[in-house]
Amino acid sequence: MVVILTLLAVLGQAAAPESLPAAPPLAAPSGLSAADTPNDQGKSVTLSWAGVEDGRLEGYLVERTEPDSLPAVIGSTKPGETGYLDEGLVDGRKYSYRVAAFAAADTAWAAEGAVATSRPQFFNTGRINILIAMGLFFALVIYFIENAKRGKQLFVRRIAGLDAVEEAVGRATEMGKPIIYVPGLGSVADIATIASINILGEVAKKTAQYDSALLVPNRDAIVYTVVREVVKESYTKAGRPDAFKSDNVFFVTDQQFAYAAAVDGLMVREKPATNFFLGTFWAESLILAETGASTGAIQIAGTDSVFQLPFFITACDYTLIGEELYAASAYLSREPLLLGSLKGQDYGKMIILLTVVVGSALLLLSKVQSLSFFTKILGFFSTR
Amino acid sequence: MKRSIPLAICLVMGIAMMIQFFVPHPVSVGFFDLTTKWVRIVAAFALVLGTGSLVMYHVDKLKRKREGWVYSIVTLVAALVTTVVGLGWGVKPGRPLQDVIFQNFLVPLNASMFAILAFYMASAAYRAFRARTREAALLLIAAFVVMLGMVPIGAKIPMFWFMVALAVALLIVGITGRSKMLVVGTGVLVVGLLVWMGFWKFRVPQLMLPDTAEWVLSVPNMAAKRAILFGVALGGIATSLKVILGIERGWLGGGKQ
Repeated sequence: MVVILTLLAVLGQAAAPESLPAAPPLAAPSGLSAADTPNDQGKSVTLSWAGVEDGRLEGYLVERTEPDSLPAVIGSTKPGETGYLDEGLVDGRKYSYRVAAFAAADTAWAAEGAVATSRPQFFNTGRINILIAMGLFFALVIYFIENAKRGKQLFVRRIAGLDAVEEAVGRATEMGKPIIYVPGLGSVADIATIASINILGEVAKKTAQYDSALLVPNRDAIVYTVVREVVKESYTKAGRPDAFKSDNVFFVTDQQFAYAAAVDGLMVREKPATNFFLGTFWAESLILAETGASTGAIQIAGTDSVFQLPFFITACDYTLIGEELYAASAYLSREPLLLGSLKGQDYGKMIILLTVVVGSALLLLSKVQSLSFFTKILGFFSTR
Repeated sequence: MKRSIPLAICLVMGIAMMIQFFVPHPVSVGFFDLTTKWVRIVAAFALVLGTGSLVMYHVDKLKRKREGWVYSIVTLVAALVTTVVGLGWGVKPGRPLQDVIFQNFLVPLNASMFAILAFYMASAAYRAFRARTREAALLLIAAFVVMLGMVPIGAKIPMFWFMVALAVALLIVGITGRSKMLVVGTGVLVVGLLVWMGFWKFRVPQLMLPDTAEWVLSVPNMAAKRAILFGVALGGIATSLKVILGIERGWLGGGKQ
């Protein structure tokens, strides 16, 4: 036993190194650059530097020196992060920066520092692609509107849901029952709500002509005030200002499900001949549409929410899908100027389709090493 | 005048907000914040009008004793109690408005309405999945794959055997219903399955039902959604442009240029 223990002790001594070599000092980061952060409202500077490859590294320290004051460490980053955004600065002031790599027992400051001044920008260059696309699209729309002004005939495909509007209003007149128009639950800032209000103007004209009752429950107070004026104006335009009843356009509540309950109750009590659900809808879409379907009304719905469209398609007789809602006003009024813009939209879609095809091809080609410069072209399409 | 002032405001503000999107300068950001505050102020005034409309509507209903007038009493009393409690004790958390009215009345009522959605979904699904047309039949099969793929038992079903079961079901329906199209469709499906398993090798593919469900959601479903979204985005921009330029005047009650 003693022999074994002695042998183990001798072997242990042989295996242990006599003395550890001194570890090399931690390298300092290099290539520090400090510049005004691009495309911002000023008050910030962006720093970047070349990282240090060392297993002991725990991170980097950032030191800032303001004019007429002592240097101070303002922050730190993790080992893999070789950049820092310094915010809350005073525009036009010169700031000096230094960075250091730090480990448990060592800190290595870079020999060279960098100086930068923050300034606000007047143009976000990261959005130049959006500006070009917008300009192109605007040009297309205006070109077709000008064409329409000159009297050029424009073809617009048939939209069944909009063709049914006349029939739906007529049905209400024959049955002596009202029409319920829900302009969605969105605010007046939603494009779908604006589109819905535009359609409501046309529907109100028809109900005034046919002498049908039009009930418009509202969820948004601003939408309510706009809608009331639109319906009133439409009745006046149709030559029936006396037929307008201000009580028929009313505010209900801004609570989503309380509104749904109120409209459900209205549908069950009034048994309308026709229901319009046009605008922005959320989870209540199916609650409204199913209740409406159970009362036996003709239902015309339309929304730009892809999540609610399946519910409307299932429970309503006609559904305006996405952009058809925006096109409805032009389709119903048949005003050449409005129809011209639809043509512009179609060409816009064609350009997007081409961009998708070309972009996909470039993405595939950029994977080939010699053609990697295509990634720069693709970068133009990303937004910042 | 009544029309030209709103149109001029719309044109100026529309163009200003478009320019603001491209200008990160503090003046531009400040302008954006200011207009956001304006919207809130306008909304506050509009809410007064809205509340007035609500009260007038229900008072009129009560006066005329129209159908469901009893519910108008509930609405008016609720509005009055909420106003009194809110004005009297404040609206912050810990006050009766939050702790009693909001937590004990509004939240459960909202939850109840939301819960009804489950039943409406079932009835809507029943209506949607009745295979009366070819499209509805396709929808039914796709929905069945997705629904089964989302539940635990679906993870144990290989897609291949699901398709075999489907082919058998189609054949039975085709023969009993004397539908040549269904029988031919079943034949095409069987040939497809044979190709998939490598004919004589008889190798059952390892694809499981959840993989197919995931594919249905992320490929054809996503493609359709994106197509709609492209149209919506362009339609939205075009509508904005028409409103800003005064071409679209439906929001003013319509009318020519």
